[in-house]
Amino acid sequence: MYDTLIQMLDATVRVSAPLILAALAGLFSERAGIVDISLEGKILGSAFAAAAASAVFGSAWIGLVFGIIASVALALIHGFACITHRGDHIVSGVAINTIVAGMTVTLGLHWFHLGGQTPALSGDQRFLAITLPFAHAMQDVPVIGQIYSNLISGHNILVYLAFIMVPVTYWIVYKTRFGLRLRAVGENPHAVDTAGISVTWLRYRAVMVCGVLCGVAGAYLSTAHNAGFLKNMSAGQGYMALAALIFGKWRPVPVMFACLLFGFLNAVAVRLQGVIIPGLGEVPVQAIESLPYVLTILLLAGFIGKAVGPKAVGRPYVKERA
Amino acid sequence: MNQAKVPVWVNIALIPLLNITLAFVISGLVIYAIGQNPIEAAGYMIYGAFGYSEGIGYTLYYATNFIFTGLAVCVAFKAGLFNIGGEGQAYIGGLGVGLVCLALDHTMPFIVIAPLAIIGAAVFGAAWAYVPAYLQARRGSHIVITTIMFNFIASSLMVYLMVNWLKGTQNMSLNSRTFEHSAWMPYLHTLLSPLGIDIGDSPVNLSFFWALLCCFGVWLLVWHTRWGYQLRTLGTNPTAAKYAGIDTAKVTIWVMMVSGALAGFVGLNEIMGVNHSLLLNFAAGYGFTGIAVALMGRNHPIGIFLAAILFGALYQGGAEVSFDMPQITPDIVVVVQGLVILFSGALEHMFKDRIEGFFIRRAAAAQEK
Repeated sequence: MYDTLIQMLDATVRVSAPLILAALAGLFSERAGIVDISLEGKILGSAFAAAAASAVFGSAWIGLVFGIIASVALALIHGFACITHRGDHIVSGVAINTIVAGMTVTLGLHWFHLGGQTPALSGDQRFLAITLPFAHAMQDVPVIGQIYSNLISGHNILVYLAFIMVPVTYWIVYKTRFGLRLRAVGENPHAVDTAGISVTWLRYRAVMVCGVLCGVAGAYLSTAHNAGFLKNMSAGQGYMALAALIFGKWRPVPVMFACLLFGFLNAVAVRLQGVIIPGLGEVPVQAIESLPYVLTILLLAGFIGKAVGPKAVGRPYVKERA
Repeated sequence: MNQAKVPVWVNIALIPLLNITLAFVISGLVIYAIGQNPIEAAGYMIYGAFGYSEGIGYTLYYATNFIFTGLAVCVAFKAGLFNIGGEGQAYIGGLGVGLVCLALDHTMPFIVIAPLAIIGAAVFGAAWAYVPAYLQARRGSHIVITTIMFNFIASSLMVYLMVNWLKGTQNMSLNSRTFEHSAWMPYLHTLLSPLGIDIGDSPVNLSFFWALLCCFGVWLLVWHTRWGYQLRTLGTNPTAAKYAGIDTAKVTIWVMMVSGALAGFVGLNEIMGVNHSLLLNFAAGYGFTGIAVALMGRNHPIGIFLAAILFGALYQGGAEVSFDMPQITPDIVVVVQGLVILFSGALEHMFKDRIEGFFIRRAAAAQEK
């Protein structure tokens, strides 16, 4: 029983890591007032770029760099449309998701001739599990040993990065000058403008940070969690991250817990596949899978708490003219 | 006021044309970048979509879906709402169609089943849009987020229903049993061949005419009724709408239900018209394409009809071109679609403001003389 729990929590951590990265990415963007449903597209684009570069250059790290570049480029398109041209944020997001879905397969087919996939990655082309010091020695220590050696140790570096990013994000958003301005520009851009700070530049920086984090999330999917790129491999995780962002009410630590909760539900659903509970019949796994979305809707509707986003989110900023 | 000085054709023809041209040019560059000849590809596409009778039939079949989802996005858009949940509403609408067919195909003739299936699609699609609409109107949650979530919930729900309840007994795949012929939407080729019109063996069916009727219906409803005026007022200026005594919450809910019903009609074409059984993922991507169609068609039924034909041609042509040029898959059409959304939606101000500015200045200069 205890072993099973540890295994499930371990799976939770693996599934949650990209969600955390993507949700924190969304946090930077939305706190600055830019709605971002293109998290999905950025993850997918980065997953492809990372796997492709890693396959060609033989290094997961180079893959990561390319993944981030691809994701930031997409973020800049989003910024160009939403900030510079005052376009609709949702429409721009849908456009990016659609373009990436088609483009990754088209380019993949051209480069690798594998029906849109990248070659299977192995060895240095992937981020492999890291065994933390004393993990083997701790194995037999009751309770804590299991937690340390099977749950905390044995993940790849991007998982640790994802969890480190939570306090880092907290620090940036709440304790730095940039963070203060970031929050201000999402609540009241006029005030920021009046203070002589460029709303445009600030928002561009926010979407670029968002791009970097989505880039890491995408690289995680294709070069750490899986061994290569598959068509549409992000499979809605960007939207799930968006749900987690709302569920965590746009705050770093609650967002992390939301991601862990959603990841845990996923692990539960996988484990209960085909399990029959006496008296109830087969577990409706689909109900558990859709629980994150249902919970987010209930929260948004104010049935369990209340989620209020940044005030100026989704609204283009127009300087007043005399 | 300045708007009046811009000639009408600029907004309804020049700007959409410019946007689509740009989308095509960039897609052409992508095709060029992967070492293929874009002109040749375009040639195969146009031939595949319009060059022979069966191709035309396929183009119209795809267009049928896009008219429904395009209208769905358009109606919501006119009221200032972004219905991104066409995907889920189409899916659940198809469930409604399928349930009607499965329940009645042994006992009833087509003439009874068809209207009931239309009602089934509308009711199920509308119901799926009702919840997000209610939550937006009464509880202030954002419709875009809730409709996205509802797409995922729809997909989980369908898997559950198919696996546990609707899977046919005789087949291994996740299909329901095949409907009796009384629940098949007649193919146009069976209706038209006696008249000497040949559209090959294509899947375009009677739903196409229902789609045309829906275009007309939306035009009537949105531009020529009291309720349509209310919804357009809500879309243009919610504060004014409220001040004028319009029950904005009620209008919001009804608009979304109409939108959901329209998206649900995709089920008629797909389930009754082509697959003749309930199955998974038949709505794949049609809901999102509807956004491109509505933007391209400037949110007007005539524009949507034309844009739907264009996208139908792209889908059919894209499938066709891959036979002759295996490096180009239908995925390139997805790129075109994304670029259309980008240029005619997200970047609409990029050209529009400049072009309109040009015409306004020209008009002003002409007046001074």
